[in-house]
Amino acid sequence: MTTSTVLAAAGSVATGEAVTFWILAPLALIGAIGMVAARNAVHSALWLVLTMLCLGVFYVLQAGPFIGMVQIIVYTGAIMMLFLFVLMLVGRDSTDSLIETLRGQRVAAIVLGLGFAGLVGTGLYQALDRTNTVGLEQVNAEGNVQGIARLLFTKYVFAFELTSALLITAAVGAMVLAHVERRKKDKIDQVSTMKARFAPGNYPGPKPGPGVFATSSSVATPARLPDGRLTDRSTPAILPQRELTAEETSLKGTDK
Amino acid sequence: MSPSYLAQDPTLADFGRDPWWLVLGKIVFAFAFGLLATLLGVWFERRVVGYMQVRPGPNQVGPFGLLQTLADGLKMAFKEDILPKAADKVVYFFAPTISVICAVTALSVIPFGPMVSIFGHQTPLQVTDVPVAVLLLLACSSMGVYGIVLGGWASGSTYPLLGGLRSSAQMISYEVAMGLSIVAVFMTAGTMSTSGIVAAQGDGTQLTVFGQTIPAPGWYAILLLPSFIIFFIATVGETNRAPFDLPEAESELVAGFMTEYSSLKFALFMLSEYVAMVTMSAVTTTLFLGGWRAPWPITIWEGANSGWWPMLWFFGKVIALVFVFVWLRGTLPRLRYDQFMRLGWKVLLPINLAWILVLSGLRSIEDWDTRGKMIAVGIPAGILLIATIFWPSRRPKPKPTTQEQVDNRPHGSFPLPPMDLQVPPSPRITRVVAEREPANIVAGSDSREV
Repeated sequence: MTTSTVLAAAGSVATGEAVTFWILAPLALIGAIGMVAARNAVHSALWLVLTMLCLGVFYVLQAGPFIGMVQIIVYTGAIMMLFLFVLMLVGRDSTDSLIETLRGQRVAAIVLGLGFAGLVGTGLYQALDRTNTVGLEQVNAEGNVQGIARLLFTKYVFAFELTSALLITAAVGAMVLAHVERRKKDKIDQVSTMKARFAPGNYPGPKPGPGVFATSSSVATPARLPDGRLTDRSTPAILPQRELTAEETSLKGTDK
Repeated sequence: MSPSYLAQDPTLADFGRDPWWLVLGKIVFAFAFGLLATLLGVWFERRVVGYMQVRPGPNQVGPFGLLQTLADGLKMAFKEDILPKAADKVVYFFAPTISVICAVTALSVIPFGPMVSIFGHQTPLQVTDVPVAVLLLLACSSMGVYGIVLGGWASGSTYPLLGGLRSSAQMISYEVAMGLSIVAVFMTAGTMSTSGIVAAQGDGTQLTVFGQTIPAPGWYAILLLPSFIIFFIATVGETNRAPFDLPEAESELVAGFMTEYSSLKFALFMLSEYVAMVTMSAVTTTLFLGGWRAPWPITIWEGANSGWWPMLWFFGKVIALVFVFVWLRGTLPRLRYDQFMRLGWKVLLPINLAWILVLSGLRSIEDWDTRGKMIAVGIPAGILLIATIFWPSRRPKPKPTTQEQVDNRPHGSFPLPPMDLQVPPSPRITRVVAEREPANIVAGSDSREV
């Protein structure tokens, strides 16, 4: 059992816990405000990451090391990363426009948000003030992980299974919507690709340049195919096609 | 093994009792280990790859070129620090630090050794341990992705962005395979704390061969071989090392996410890559290779697993794994991106799931009597054996000869040169040789001009 577990189980707030809380709680709040206030979508996501990391540490402080680590791995590590993945594809310079479509919307949102936060905060504070943790030691007696496992696989196993079924349904649904299944006969392997490439009517390689394998490097001289035939694919259609005369092909004495 | 050795195993209760100077000392040690491992790791990698490619590698600065990395690091610190105009300044600045911090933090839960006495304090050679230490390692590696991804995004140009996106997809995919391999370790060890896992690998059963008692390996690399292999492949993917170094594929993406980085920020990225490599080797050692425990022939010596000696075995194992990392880089070509993803999702993941199923099955039959065990293991094994022996072998059709293939081509195919083509000598060559004046070779003149 870690020190923090012991401390939290004692029911009072220890110094270390209080210090950590007062350092991280403002950070978590700043992250939350920054997430709303940031104009850039990626910055917004990063502020949220800050808040989530702080929450993870809070869980660890509250004698729940497993859920704290899972918060960091799953939420910040995987889910926010996928968010970022999508946001990055949107483009760097796409920031929110500052034009208010509804007049006074922003002020109203701020007032209502503050009011709601105040209500919830006061309510929670009133409800949980001077509440002592009961039974934390018994729950974590075998260790935090074992305790969670026991609950998950006994009391809450049905809810657990239902959640996994829901998630699998969502994943399969996303697959069905996004995945294009190619039929077996539409898939062509490498051998048939190459056979089709060399089949009659298809030219397998790049077009020969003029003068390739020919007696002259003139643009007007058609290239020769490997079997010796001339190919008119190599010369521009506008040029007259001809073999050079013997005089033209003879050496000029310049290439000594 | 006598009980006095088992007493060397730290338990979770042994942590969190050190005086502050000892904690500080351990932290500084772990940090210094990371930095030193980078310095030596870069040198090691360059020397080993050099040896594999039959060239010396760095051998000028210091003995055996040992100080080459230090020189490079100093040079890098004095380079101009370029901030691209299109960069997102804050994120660009913080990205390398995120990488380094995550890579170094992971070292804090690595057990370097058993309980030792430091200035009269009995303390484990490990910065700290928590009941979920291995999850902390996973969290560090998943947070480390942020450094790479944000570095790629904040650079404000195309190649880094592509590198960053690749790396995020890659790390998320391979983290799944990695996590599943660790599940097998959790199931066998029954704990998630690193020191607990090392302790669980210590007590293998004794085998008696020819009257000599040999401790059977308790290493999970042997007991959980499929998990070990998949875990190691996943760590290579997770650390962006070749053959999975797609985020920084220099032939496609210049340098991937660190294309725009220079000076110390670039050095930080390099540092985090090598620290991550060493950390992952240390994690593999801890989870699968018995941690700081000595391998078999050494354990004949009574004091092998006590005092400061285990640190030596630990470093030996880590260096061996780093060598494998380098070896892979020197041997294997880089995978294509789709091959890489297919390997992760369609090969490693299903194998891992099936293996975990088999493992839990095996663990559940531990309570059965011998006859039940024989039936449970013997029948599937027998069926498998019979199936492999009597599986109809498919004889491949004889390959047509080249001439037959040529003859069978449909009419109008791309023309081929005749099969017995003999290239006639070019008339131009004969003419040049005939007309050239004989070289005037005088004794002592340079004969290379002939």
